[in-house]
Amino acid sequence: MSRSLQEAKHVLEYPYRRSVGPVLGRFFGALAEGRIEGVRTQTGHVLVPPQEYDPQTGEATGEPVAVASTGVVTAWAWVDRPRPKHPLANPFAWALVQLDGADTALLHVVDAGEMARMKTGMRVRARFRDERVGEIRDIACFEPEEAR
Amino acid sequence: MTEIVKSITTPIRLEYVYRPGRATSRFLRGLAEGRILGQRCPVTGKVYVPPRGASPTHGVPTEEEVEVRDTGTVTTFCIVRIPSEGLSIPPPFVAAHILLDGADIPFFALIHECPFDQVRMGMRVKAVWVSKEELAPTFESIRYFKPLDEPDAPFESYREHL
Amino acid sequence: MRDVAIVSFAQAPNVRCETERNEVEMLMPVVAEALAASGIARGEIGFTVSGSCDYIAGQPFAFVSGIDAVGPWPPINESHVEMDGAFALYEAWLKIQSGEVDSALVYAFGKSSMGDIAEVLTLQLDPYTVAPLWPDAVSLAALQARVALDRSRVTERAMAEVAARSRRSAKANPNAQLRGDFDVDALLAEPYLVAPLRKHDCPPVTDGAAAVVLAAGELASRSCARPAWIRGIDHRIECHSLGARDLARSASTEIAGEKAGAFTGSFDVAELHAPFTHQELILCSALRMAPSVSVNPSGGALAANAVMVTGLIRLGEAAARIHAGDARRVLAHATSGPCLQQNLVCVMEA
Repeated sequence: MSRSLQEAKHVLEYPYRRSVGPVLGRFFGALAEGRIEGVRTQTGHVLVPPQEYDPQTGEATGEPVAVASTGVVTAWAWVDRPRPKHPLANPFAWALVQLDGADTALLHVVDAGEMARMKTGMRVRARFRDERVGEIRDIACFEPEEAR
Repeated sequence: MTEIVKSITTPIRLEYVYRPGRATSRFLRGLAEGRILGQRCPVTGKVYVPPRGASPTHGVPTEEEVEVRDTGTVTTFCIVRIPSEGLSIPPPFVAAHILLDGADIPFFALIHECPFDQVRMGMRVKAVWVSKEELAPTFESIRYFKPLDEPDAPFESYREHL
Repeated sequence: MRDVAIVSFAQAPNVRCETERNEVEMLMPVVAEALAASGIARGEIGFTVSGSCDYIAGQPFAFVSGIDAVGPWPPINESHVEMDGAFALYEAWLKIQSGEVDSALVYAFGKSSMGDIAEVLTLQLDPYTVAPLWPDAVSLAALQARVALDRSRVTERAMAEVAARSRRSAKANPNAQLRGDFDVDALLAEPYLVAPLRKHDCPPVTDGAAAVVLAAGELASRSCARPAWIRGIDHRIECHSLGARDLARSASTEIAGEKAGAFTGSFDVAELHAPFTHQELILCSALRMAPSVSVNPSGGALAANAVMVTGLIRLGEAAARIHAGDARRVLAHATSGPCLQQNLVCVMEA
């Protein structure tokens, strides 16, 4: 506490529970089964993660489409010192991953060990958690495909 | 057949260092000395407590410090019977607005040592403080208010503060 | 369309951590200074609107107590946006255009020092598929910088030059927080914070407050010797999904610039709200900024970044160049959302 002025620690905590609706509900349901699904727009693009509407046209999107658990890194940023809230405790990369069969990119993390292994255009594969509940963190991370 | 997920939990937790500013800091330090400090609006002469450093009606700094008494008048009250998370005291209890003697704005506090059916508007009350050793720069230095053995204040004396 | 001008501007000194004053205590002198400079009495202001974000203070409805700084008695015509004050200014401009009022007070405040601002900004992201991973604001900006680097829209050297120039310019700004002379090669020798961003590519954490008075027509001319007339103002937003946007350019700035008249005539000064170095380069490209334009002579967001205030300060700083007689035509820009999602462009003339 400073001598002349008061200060206090203040914690803001909300246990939000969110209804996700049928489009994201199906996406999360597939994640729980260890699969990734997107949604097709009326113009034929596949959005992953799926959206209820086409961000380009505003039109409602159509049927779900299965996409691969592998894809290409379109952008990445290397975190040497992860924050406590980050998905991985070891150094990792944030990445936009365009999955095979998708036209948009998903934001997630790549567990590559060191920055030198990261490259735009590299191929990665989703690593799913063993215990899945139907949420985005059911994908633990992506890892370089060459690791397999 | 894929099961459709209905909802997800997305808890958030953020930590802050709260700094209440000059006026409220002085007020909190006053509580640690067993005193209640307000500030006077230079335009209207009204005394605000707890002070926030600003006249809430005129947007000018309130620089003159005024000590108000720890006795006052209940302007309005309610009896809380519904428990809620984060509430440190178990219901039922009486929460009241108290116009402290010397202040021009009611002060939020609890009332104890009084049967619920005897709490009333105009009732005169006095602060019950924690022990001297326990005084600290926090609202919790005032445990609650209890009835004073005094006639009720006339309605006219607090009608402007409801 | 009515002729509307910024007639006065005031700001608190931008500091890393304002330990002494709460938001209201910071705002009061700023509001008083802006009103006094306009000559419009408190009670004569037609409309009051503010920009702030409750998560910055961690207090729900914190904006409601901010109103103490303006003295709302008798009750006033008021509004609030949970955005940068620049977008509150847009609402004020619209209100004046509606003919309902002739003047407006716009203010913004934010003490980023109270929490972890990079995490607070995570809460503006998609709460279903993005926010649960807790990407912080620096990480997302770094992803955008990578896209811009990969497409050769920027270089790390050009980014470091933006940082050095901003903090050099800030030496002339008494309200700036981060100022001084930095050697570009030395900056480039520093380690990455979140690669490809280094510390110098990121804004400081700042506490600040600012206020602007707008007035229409005759009132503006009476309130200010050299009003900064708003000749065009527009804002545009892109979709929320980062993976569905082209992060290397700012399509929303291009359209807002076009609508605001940024592509006709020349500018003496441009104040661009770019918290990260690569974002200034993306914005300059979107606005086709000529090399002759003095960009961010105040030091910009890289010299002081009170979140929710920085955009309004860009409008105020640009207008102040006109008030002072240092500029004839200026451009101001403000942004909101992750990776320049939403952008406002305003063109002002003497």
